[in-house]
Amino acid sequence: MQIPVVKLIDPVTMLSIGPAHYVILSAVLFCIGLFGVLAKRNAIMVLICIELMLNAVNINLVAFSKYVTPADFIGQIFAIFVITVAAAEVGLGLAIIIAIYRNKVSVNLDDFDLLKW
Amino acid sequence: MIDLIGREVVDVFLSNFWSIGAFYTLALVIVASGILVVLMKNIVHSVLWLAVCFIGMAGLFLTLDADFLAAVQVLVYAGAVCIMVVLGIMVIRRADMKFSNPFNTQVYAAAGVVALVLAVCTFLAVKTEWMVSRARVPENTVEPIATLLLSKYVVPFEVAAVLLLVALIGALLIAREVKTDANTGSQAD
Amino acid sequence: MVEYAMNHAWLIPLLPTLAFVAIIFLTRPWPLLSALIAVGAMLTSCFFATFTAIGVFTSPELTEKPLVYAVNWFNMPGMEINVGILLDPVSAMMMFMVTLVGSLIFIYAIGYMQDDPGYSVFFSYVSLFAAFMLLLVASSSLVEMFVGWEGVGLCSYLLIGFYQHKISAREAAKKAFITCRVADFGLLLGMLLLFWNFGTLDFAALAEKIPHFQQYNVSAATLALIAFLVFCGPIGKSGQFPLHVWLPDAMEGPTPVSALIHAATMVVAGVYLVARVMFLFHEVPSVMQLVAVTGGFTALFAATIAVTQREIKRILAYSTISQIGYMMLALGVGSLTAGMFHLWTHAFFKALLFLGAGSVLVALHHKADVWEMGGLLKKMPITGWTFLVGCIAIAGIPPFAGFWSKDEILLATLESGHYVLFAMAAFTAFLTAFYMFRLFFLAFTGAENPANHPKESPWVMTVPLIFLAIFSLVGGWVGTPWANVWSEWIFFGHPHHGEPNYMVMIGSVVLAGLGIYLAYYFYCADREKVKVRELARRYQGIYTLLYNKYYIDEIYLWLNHTLVDGAAKIFYLFDIYVVDGIIVNGVAAITGLFGEGLRVTATGRLQNYALVFFLGVLAVFVVLAFTSPLLAGPIWGGVR
Repeated sequence: MQIPVVKLIDPVTMLSIGPAHYVILSAVLFCIGLFGVLAKRNAIMVLICIELMLNAVNINLVAFSKYVTPADFIGQIFAIFVITVAAAEVGLGLAIIIAIYRNKVSVNLDDFDLLKW
Repeated sequence: MIDLIGREVVDVFLSNFWSIGAFYTLALVIVASGILVVLMKNIVHSVLWLAVCFIGMAGLFLTLDADFLAAVQVLVYAGAVCIMVVLGIMVIRRADMKFSNPFNTQVYAAAGVVALVLAVCTFLAVKTEWMVSRARVPENTVEPIATLLLSKYVVPFEVAAVLLLVALIGALLIAREVKTDANTGSQAD
Repeated sequence: MVEYAMNHAWLIPLLPTLAFVAIIFLTRPWPLLSALIAVGAMLTSCFFATFTAIGVFTSPELTEKPLVYAVNWFNMPGMEINVGILLDPVSAMMMFMVTLVGSLIFIYAIGYMQDDPGYSVFFSYVSLFAAFMLLLVASSSLVEMFVGWEGVGLCSYLLIGFYQHKISAREAAKKAFITCRVADFGLLLGMLLLFWNFGTLDFAALAEKIPHFQQYNVSAATLALIAFLVFCGPIGKSGQFPLHVWLPDAMEGPTPVSALIHAATMVVAGVYLVARVMFLFHEVPSVMQLVAVTGGFTALFAATIAVTQREIKRILAYSTISQIGYMMLALGVGSLTAGMFHLWTHAFFKALLFLGAGSVLVALHHKADVWEMGGLLKKMPITGWTFLVGCIAIAGIPPFAGFWSKDEILLATLESGHYVLFAMAAFTAFLTAFYMFRLFFLAFTGAENPANHPKESPWVMTVPLIFLAIFSLVGGWVGTPWANVWSEWIFFGHPHHGEPNYMVMIGSVVLAGLGIYLAYYFYCADREKVKVRELARRYQGIYTLLYNKYYIDEIYLWLNHTLVDGAAKIFYLFDIYVVDGIIVNGVAAITGLFGEGLRVTATGRLQNYALVFFLGVLAVFVVLAFTSPLLAGPIWGGVR
């Protein structure tokens, strides 16, 4: 059923879109999101970037669904659950940020150093 | 030899013109809008680019034969999530919206780590021999997904429903204004 | 009835157990009822024991092959522990003796313990003691016996410390318990070695295996070690030198307890144990010698101390130690007959003496110094005359019980060729007569002390005295040299008929008479006791040495101070400077240093943490992907 495809370096395979393309794309998107999470000061921005990371994961899931188990929809269903959880997470995250903002009058993550010794 | 290979490349390119074109175009849109999301100085602009990114993702799902997921992506992400985030921004609105989206102090360190992650992922993706199934995705995806969700995956499905409910109530509870707190020390913080 | 009693011999230990349970859980608020239950159970046991004894003594084959009723207690691969009743003349005699003396002492205690707040508790304890003692006596295996052994130790502890409000009683209880534990440890080791080498602890099986110990790859040295370790138990429990120190202090307990536990029954458990495993000692002549020497030495040693003591019960306690020394001596020279015979007679007259002493103490409101007594014979005739019977019996005047058994021991020692031990035993006999009559003359004759207002004890106390006096008289008649029924039944190996040796008999009577005469001369004829004081002054050194019991307690105390406290001091310093200083505080200091260093990294900012976290994940991932062959396959996906 499954046959190995030759390496991506080969121009032919480079052009015929395969899983590697999607994986790299998702890695790029994931890294953009990760950079945002690590380097942005605004809490809402961190939330947004987490959404980006989740979407990067979704790309992977759907791509593997197509290339590995096309008829079983495992990846797609997984992606649906990821979307569900992401929606819930955004809702809760925003609620938390609002609650913090109400207490601290700030959404600046640098101000939240309660974990410090 | 080179000529032969070049010809083959051209042949492949021409026969897959639309799929190749679609992928690279959408990839460009997604990556570019993603970068802009991070780089924009105004957070409202960031959210706008985020919506663009999500829509690009929906297109990408279409190229992956996941039309139902593409629809969900547009509805949930581009629609609901973006609107919600904008709402959140409105609640916490600040005086100077133009500089509402600054970087923090560890931006270079973060860039380094991210570059490393990207390098490792790309390296592995390129080096790996992918095993690909010859089977095709069925024409109609909605019906099989619906059947699966309500048969094989019914328990996670219901759990997800409960999760959404819990998140709804939880969010309400957390974001609710606590009257007593306003009077006591929390303001002074 | 005899048949029934023999088949139900297990009832004998069980009944006092039931009495204990009943008193503790049900009848504690009603003292008299509790006492009646205890006495009733004991009398019933005595009834059964009597018939069992009759049954055993009418079936001669039991001497060779004891009757064993045993059930399986627990099983493990390679280990089978049985629990049961072993009936042979020795155990039947012991059961009869324990229940008989026990019953009389229980009855006596009804009167003696009058008005004591712990009346019920006392009877529950003594019932428990009787149960354990009977279990010890009747047990068919060494494990079961050890249970009884430790049980009587526990009861001894509880009863010595019965007057908890007295510090001296508490200390004495602790001393007794700890001293016995030291000894019991040896016994336990001996039992383990026995089991290790022979794979069983049943007396019957051991008796068959040990004579052929070479077949079980056991060297004579190992057997000697086993015998020595087993003998450690009796040294402690029976108050033999050097672990005798607890027994005099144990007199802090109520007098019935002293009579029952520390004179008649528990302290002779060691003798009984040695007799029980005689087949083991018989194979090891060296340890037999040790038993004999320990016994002989202890007999003389304790007798010399008893000469100078002033407290009535202390004198009796040293006398007990001395008499048990006699028993050990008899066993050590190989005469189980003589040893057990003396155990039997000693139980009666020593219980009698203790109960008499208790009667005196009640009358004098627990004034124990014999020098402050005097003339009690007139005011307390029953106590006095029965006490005199006890004194004659222990001194060894025919036809009283002590004479026959002591004569048997002297004869056995002489016949086995231990002349030095014989001389020591003979001298001890002289000393015994002397110190017992010293006690008698000081307490019961002479001028009355005007400070005392003694009156005779009630009948519950005097009746047991009379019974015991009768037994002290007739108890020895079963073993006279002319018609020695005793040696027909209780012997090891083959019955031993000592030829009546008139030299020994007359010699011992003369020695006893001399002792009595000297006591009379110093303590009765000489009204003002001038001569004896003069004597004590002249030999001040010896007197002080004896009065202070050879300073054994002080030596132990000194050892304790230097060794134990010294070691404790070293360990204390070790604890303070090494454990606390280096280990505990050192670890804390190092941890603190690391904490000081690492607190810089705790910025409290989540994004900082996330950054490090991702770096870590990446590192782990890369290491796994590039090094682990197990994970490299799936992760690389077949990179070539």
